[in-house]
Amino acid sequence: MENFQIYREDRWPHMFCPGCGIGTVMSCFQRAFLNKGLDLDRTAFVSGIGCSSRLAGYVYADSLHTTHGRALAFATGLKLAQKDLEVVVFTGDGDLGSIGGNHFIQACRRNMDLFVVCVNNNNYGMTGGQVSSTTWHDYLTTTTPKGNPEYPFDLSRVAATSGANYVARYTTAHPKQLVRVIEEGLGKKGLRFIEAWAACPTYYGRYNKMASPVEHTRWLKENSIHIEQMKVDGKTAEDDIDLQVTGKVTIGVLRDADRMSYLEAIQR
Amino acid sequence: MPEEEVFLQGNEAVVEGALRAGCRFYAGYPICPSTGILETMVMRLPEVGGTVIQMEDEISSIAAVIGAAWGGAKAMTATSGPGFSLMQENLGYAVITETPCVIVDAQRSGPSTGQPTLPSHGDIMQARWGTHGSHSIIALAPSNVQECYDLTIEAFNLSEKYRTPVVLLSDGELAHMRERIVLKDLPIVNREEFPKGPVTFPLGEELGGVSPFPTFGRGHRTHVTGLTHTIVGYPSESIEVQTKLLTRLIGKISDNRKDICKYEVHNPKAEHLIVAYGIPARSAMELVTERADIGLFQPLTIWPFPSKAFRRAAEGKKSVLVVEMNEGHIFREVERHACRAGVEEIELCSKLGGGIPAPEEMLDCISAMEGE
Repeated sequence: MENFQIYREDRWPHMFCPGCGIGTVMSCFQRAFLNKGLDLDRTAFVSGIGCSSRLAGYVYADSLHTTHGRALAFATGLKLAQKDLEVVVFTGDGDLGSIGGNHFIQACRRNMDLFVVCVNNNNYGMTGGQVSSTTWHDYLTTTTPKGNPEYPFDLSRVAATSGANYVARYTTAHPKQLVRVIEEGLGKKGLRFIEAWAACPTYYGRYNKMASPVEHTRWLKENSIHIEQMKVDGKTAEDDIDLQVTGKVTIGVLRDADRMSYLEAIQR
Repeated sequence: MPEEEVFLQGNEAVVEGALRAGCRFYAGYPICPSTGILETMVMRLPEVGGTVIQMEDEISSIAAVIGAAWGGAKAMTATSGPGFSLMQENLGYAVITETPCVIVDAQRSGPSTGQPTLPSHGDIMQARWGTHGSHSIIALAPSNVQECYDLTIEAFNLSEKYRTPVVLLSDGELAHMRERIVLKDLPIVNREEFPKGPVTFPLGEELGGVSPFPTFGRGHRTHVTGLTHTIVGYPSESIEVQTKLLTRLIGKISDNRKDICKYEVHNPKAEHLIVAYGIPARSAMELVTERADIGLFQPLTIWPFPSKAFRRAAEGKKSVLVVEMNEGHIFREVERHACRAGVEEIELCSKLGGGIPAPEEMLDCISAMEGE
């Protein structure tokens, strides 16, 4: 069955809510992985805690479902112990940007040879929709009932400025583009970061007047702008750091560098 | 490998023991008094083809070690008090995922930052119960530089044999103390590799609770999770699965006490018995060599506590004195077993503050007990 080429059929049905963006990410990852012709026996998946971290448990490959926020640290050890193994990390905005924020910037700084997919749905889904480090300013969650007083992290820009070799962001309303950047990233060295900006209709959507998957997906589409389009519009990349300024999130390939990776550096 | 006589610090002896045991991955973070282990590893590990990385903190250090273990490496980290506190969550992860690895805690005085370069034994209970949830743990405590070497090898061997994290409880004094030791050619245990093919069947229960290890990248397609999981590794919320899992994890340590527990008994016929581990055991040894009426029970394995051996050693004693550089972490453990052995006088000689108990202090305690 085509759907289970890289996933564990005996673990179906999966636990994700109807309309959740994680399903799209799973599907995009499978396509890119198969297009790339990679070997499941020579790929390991590492994740932390949260909805998106459950992804590792559905892949029919060696997978390490670890502690909250620490996936990149576990993955670093695994990669260094078996240097020719492709190590893929599945994580989310709470796992990577909040509790695991330091491991995130340090892994990017080292340009560690890891492939990282972050499903950013702007809130903690597993625990019922609390504010995360990427929840938009003034948006509602169960722990910001009067609107979020804080401002969000831009995870992709954090990755790019911290030194990740390859950084790309698309929303789950852009599946074709997601497949393309995952495929492109899988063929590179160093830290490759894919941010999949995703719908969470059950919580973030429901609390913010977009409870249906269609509404939520439309919101993603309407609030994102391609980096090439920004150039046409004459806007600088800094414009989107404060999401309240432009109201748009930059999508596209945000960094494609050829910096020496950690493995290259220690094997010189 | 040939044996060699060398003059080393405790921290360096730990590194040499680790290398002899086959350690090929080390991740750590600078913290006194364990920093010497990280620095020595940086020099020594690449010479044998291993990899060292200084991580961003102690949480990521133990995480990297566990990741490396799944990559097939014998792996170790070392830290001191505050760092050991940070490692607790992932220590529990290593327990439930049955990951062989070694964690060295060169103990210093706490709580919190405390005294970064003075020794203490304040982490004995933390090693046992620091991570949340019901579990078993193995912890070893050396009392001299030779034992730092020997017990590091023992720690690796036990971690491989029982697929469990093992804690080596050194301290600030041992870490920096220099002694002449022999790099002995001790037997080395290697983990048994899971049979070829995917993990689909319950091997663990057939083999007395310890399953062979499905190393990543070899086609086992294994799923490893800190969630309660079935024997093939899939998450489960069933009470039955959790009961079975915990019973097996706890049982594989407690049912094998006889194999795991190491201890030494000196002057077995003496009427008074001192119980001491770590650096105070050295002070006690001085007393024991001078006085035939004082014996010593030194647990090298702190957890699980060698209760049966201790009870045998305590039988018929007039008094038992427990010497600890804390407020009495194993005292109650000793007390209940000494009571069962029929000993009436059981006291604690507790030294806080970073000082090492002197033989005279122990003698004073014994005299005080006799005088009562």
